Amino acid sequence: MDTSFLLNGETVRIEGEPPTRTLLDWLRERRGLTGTKEGCNEGDCGACTVMVTDSHGARALNACILFLPQLDGKAIRTVEGMSGPDGALHPVQAAMVDLHGSQCGFCTPGFVVSMVTAHTNGATDHDTQLAGNLCRCTGYAPIIRAAKAAEAATIPQWIAADRATFLTDALTDGAEAPAQPVTGTVVAPQTTDALAEWYMAHPDATLIAGATDVGLWVTKQLRDLDPVCFLGGISDLKGVTIGADAIHVGAMTSLTDLRLALQDRHPSFAEMIRRYGSTQVRNAATVGGNIANGSPIGDSPPALIALGATLHLRRGGERRSLPLDEYFIAYGKQDRAPGEFVEAVSIPLQPDHLRCYKISKRFDQDISALCGCFNIAVEDGTVRSARIAFGGMAATPKRAAHVEAALIGQPWTEATIAAAAALFATDYAPMSDMRASAEYRLHSAENLLHRYYLDSLGDTPTNVLEVTP
Amino acid sequence: MSVGTAHPHDAARLHVTGQARYVDDQPLPANCLHLAFGLSPVAAGRLIAMDLSAVRRAPGVVAVYTPADLGCNPDCSPSNHDEPLLCDGTIHYLGQQLFLVAATSHLAARRAARLAQVEVEETPALLTIDQALAANSRFEDGPRIYCKGEADRALAAAAHRLQDSVTMGGQEHFYLEGQAALALPQEGGDMVVSSSTQHPTEIQHKVAEALSVPMHAVRVETRRMGGGFGGKESQGNALAIACALVAARTGRPAKMRYDRDDDMMITGKRHDFRIGYDVGFDADGRISGITFDHYARCGWSMDLSLPVADRAMLHADNAYHLTDITITSHRLKTNTQSATAYRGFGGPQGMLGIEVVMDRIAHHLGLDPLAVRRVNYYDEAAPGTAPHSAEDPAPVVAPVDANTDLTSRGATATEDGRPTSVTAGAAQTTPYHMPVTDFILNSLTDALATRCDYAARRKAVADWNAAHPVLKKGIALTPVKFGISFTLTHLNQAGALVHVYQDGSIHMNHGGTEMGQGLFQKVAQVAAARFGVPLSMIKITATDTAKVPNTSATAASSGSDLNGMAVKAACDTIRDRIATLLADLNQIAAAEVRFEDGAVHAGGKTYSFAEAAELAYMNRISLSATGYYRTPKVEWDRIKGRGRPFFYFAYGAACTEVVIDTLTGENRILRTDILHDAGESLNPALDIGQIEGGYVQGAGWLTTEELVWDDKGRLRTHAPSTYKIPACSDRPAVFNVDLWDGRNTEDTIYRSKAVGEPPFMLGISALSALTDAVAACGTVWPSLDAPATPEAVLAAVRRVQAA
Repeated sequence: MDTSFLLNGETVRIEGEPPTRTLLDWLRERRGLTGTKEGCNEGDCGACTVMVTDSHGARALNACILFLPQLDGKAIRTVEGMSGPDGALHPVQAAMVDLHGSQCGFCTPGFVVSMVTAHTNGATDHDTQLAGNLCRCTGYAPIIRAAKAAEAATIPQWIAADRATFLTDALTDGAEAPAQPVTGTVVAPQTTDALAEWYMAHPDATLIAGATDVGLWVTKQLRDLDPVCFLGGISDLKGVTIGADAIHVGAMTSLTDLRLALQDRHPSFAEMIRRYGSTQVRNAATVGGNIANGSPIGDSPPALIALGATLHLRRGGERRSLPLDEYFIAYGKQDRAPGEFVEAVSIPLQPDHLRCYKISKRFDQDISALCGCFNIAVEDGTVRSARIAFGGMAATPKRAAHVEAALIGQPWTEATIAAAAALFATDYAPMSDMRASAEYRLHSAENLLHRYYLDSLGDTPTNVLEVTP
Repeated sequence: MSVGTAHPHDAARLHVTGQARYVDDQPLPANCLHLAFGLSPVAAGRLIAMDLSAVRRAPGVVAVYTPADLGCNPDCSPSNHDEPLLCDGTIHYLGQQLFLVAATSHLAARRAARLAQVEVEETPALLTIDQALAANSRFEDGPRIYCKGEADRALAAAAHRLQDSVTMGGQEHFYLEGQAALALPQEGGDMVVSSSTQHPTEIQHKVAEALSVPMHAVRVETRRMGGGFGGKESQGNALAIACALVAARTGRPAKMRYDRDDDMMITGKRHDFRIGYDVGFDADGRISGITFDHYARCGWSMDLSLPVADRAMLHADNAYHLTDITITSHRLKTNTQSATAYRGFGGPQGMLGIEVVMDRIAHHLGLDPLAVRRVNYYDEAAPGTAPHSAEDPAPVVAPVDANTDLTSRGATATEDGRPTSVTAGAAQTTPYHMPVTDFILNSLTDALATRCDYAARRKAVADWNAAHPVLKKGIALTPVKFGISFTLTHLNQAGALVHVYQDGSIHMNHGGTEMGQGLFQKVAQVAAARFGVPLSMIKITATDTAKVPNTSATAASSGSDLNGMAVKAACDTIRDRIATLLADLNQIAAAEVRFEDGAVHAGGKTYSFAEAAELAYMNRISLSATGYYRTPKVEWDRIKGRGRPFFYFAYGAACTEVVIDTLTGENRILRTDILHDAGESLNPALDIGQIEGGYVQGAGWLTTEELVWDDKGRLRTHAPSTYKIPACSDRPAVFNVDLWDGRNTEDTIYRSKAVGEPPFMLGISALSALTDAVAACGTVWPSLDAPATPEAVLAAVRRVQAA
């Protein structure tokens, strides 16, 4: 399948590359654009960050786990495209030079691209914007100084040009494209119906949404993928809509968009998503992918389960729905038939009692040792309902059924909390691994119920991220 | 004047535009081969057989090499000749190289390397310090012991006595650019190697040895590294040797770079240590006697473990005058990656031992830990104190084994127990009997404590903790005294090569390598100052063994000290020649010729520097010179533990405030204030960059960075997904860094001080502050080990709460 995109303002058409050729390898090996670096080849260091613009705007992505077909119809800017045609530095680049933001320089191109993208989008939450870029030399302080110094600068014309391209519709982008026949073993359907039909015929295919997980199958496990289906062009799988009684989230909604959609209704969920992966990862990763891959340590399933979310699956023309927690059967096993795929997840509208506690060695861009999500409604001092789900505590995202039962109908008191917390040991038998020991996981889970209780009283701070010196 | 000015990094513009070229960025000849190693799946045992037929058949594979295919198995060790390029039958660790694949692409080589059928006879692996001790598996015959005074007698007589231990993890370098090398075969069997290395001469030596050619047949070039931190002092040997061998055998260029996971599985890391202590002290916390037992996990080969463990012993005192002390060091051999150089080179581990003791004593006595530290400090140097032992010791030529790796820190050439002539005089001495005459930490600590408002904030933290049941704050101010020089004395030398062209432009080369620290810019500033020209006149060029030979590693923080002096010498030679000429022409004394503002002033006449250069050329004056420098005054006997291993000390102090969550152990640095001594800074911006970065890296070592091996010896944290270096938001939210206003009492380049490693140990204040926060949960000693992950902090909190 052919792919075309704008690369640093120049139209490029790619033919004859394998569908799982990464943008990083292609840039470095085929185009000689070696400014974009390989630091980890798994989307965790950001040295390969590129800016990708389409009709939705500009976003930073990790080129090492981005396959060429995912870029069809978009505009890509690498570090080589950040300065002007006459060699003029972008204000971000100039600030990085003047304020000593580079030392060894290897992470610098990725930082510059992330910073330029944030600058283009007017984002000034620098720690969050740059959580996916690792630097081992500077200690970050001068980089943040540079980011701040460039905040007020005008967006250079050559950067604005990419966005203008899409505003004038010079390149096709998703919905505008004429429907291509969806045949063969490497496809990129434009509609959910076309996907459903093709997937029935190719139930062994790998569906590629954001590739933040599948990318590693290729770059680390060195797997060949065939057949493959790229979902990025299916516009009717994307987006969040608020219905009469539920929030409907399309499977291809990015975590970035989910965070925005939940900011007001469930701020704790949104804050947890802020720490999910990194800006680059959230820009690529999808809600559907985070559910469908069945990982026991994905962060969105426990939160969605705590909110009582319903999963919507589709197989050919047939659709079915089930409570999300029932989708996860065992490690590596989900309630999904061959040819069936996640179409959406819906979250019932409800008052916000949700708190999401993500515990990891590092606050940003770390996979959770455990992620506890608590949704407890207390009326007149008595627990009316309780939905508690954890990631990292079992082979699947799992509810704490015994703890929930011990809370419901009980007075909202320290004694109730203590009695219920003791039942985490009944609900979960977590494992020990490089992220944490079983003992730590269990103790923290118990303590997180305590934290929820304290948060509900509001008497004392419980979040180290909210403390100032 | 260019020296002392905050110029940006010389390559900053190249960095931010993506033009800065690293080894893997070089355009390649079309027929270049790409290499990958096949790795051992077990930690210990015998390699019985390998079926490599599927590897050989894999797409793109050009050749597969075992030692039998190579007809040799070169050594990659920087010290003990105990690192065969490929497994010789004995498997030493999980990740050891078994065979070598050469293919038409990096990906093809990686894919093929996974297709081997390997038959091994697995034997029980020694993975931990305790397992190695039980098996008496160690380097050197027994423990190394340094003594001063009579520790046992002092301990027996002490008013207070405590015995305990602290465990500290290792650390992955996580240079953003992984290991990489490229070999380009030349006519007549010569080889040009481009390597991401801190030690081009070492690469040259090992490649020459592997190819059985003299060193003159191998040229190694290093323009820059994407980070080193010690991880590229010896760990690049295997890649360079592999590339050179394949290039020699196939006649094709060969490149090798490790995928990140392979890099972390194969290469060495910082040594993890357990340090036991037995300390006696009085009611003020003044230490009367102390013993330390160092247990260093060195991994499977010797590498640089002996000097690393030595340096840990040499920093067991840190800033404290210890009259009666015994340090015993065990260097343990285990079936894990061979631990190697890492910023501080054992110093951080040794220093953490005594800093934990300080906190422990303060906790025991109920004193402010800073008061206990202060009472134990060395005496302040009197202003204008003459430096110790003014005489440069007569050089002693040590007997040399022909196979010795002379320019490696792993060399043992001076282990001849030669006499040392240190005279202590009245000055206080270190545990290795070196007088401390440049100590400034009393005044530096006072200045920092005032600037950061330590006393008031300590009180505020206590008040805050009294009002907050779940979150607890902690604060600590800890010092650093770090010895500057290679402890292997003969490495303290450097060379430079400077050319002035007839247009006045200047080409500068020296033996130091650039890994981000800004060495090239600092040295260029020296050159510009010597010639009185703008920095733009100086061309910085790649480190090249054909230009400056027999270089030492860019390590031990020595880069600017050594190479700055060597370049100065070269520049001055040329400058003096020009001065002599212009003096003759103008009938004045050479000393009256001045080089400044891009011009040369001779009597009443002013020449542009270009005119002066052209004139020199026309008058047949050489405009090219080498420069050479050797550090004076150092002499050291590592067996006896006596002498002056260091030319001088660099100092600094940091105050860190943290907060912990007693429910989860989550923790955070809130604020850090640093005052650091870089002498008369050559470039304050670059020095502050080293301090900020060093602190964050040091704090990372002690907090989030945890290496986890499973019980089969498999490193489970072999990628950034599982091994967590500090991210952007982990830096202190308030981060004040200042340079100490002072000059080096020793005659270093413009009286500056080395700054690469010392600030790393300022991160110890983070662990000390975390200990302080945990201690606020109860009354007993927290015994918080490193790294203080949320899990470690929660465990400590629970211990304290349970007591």
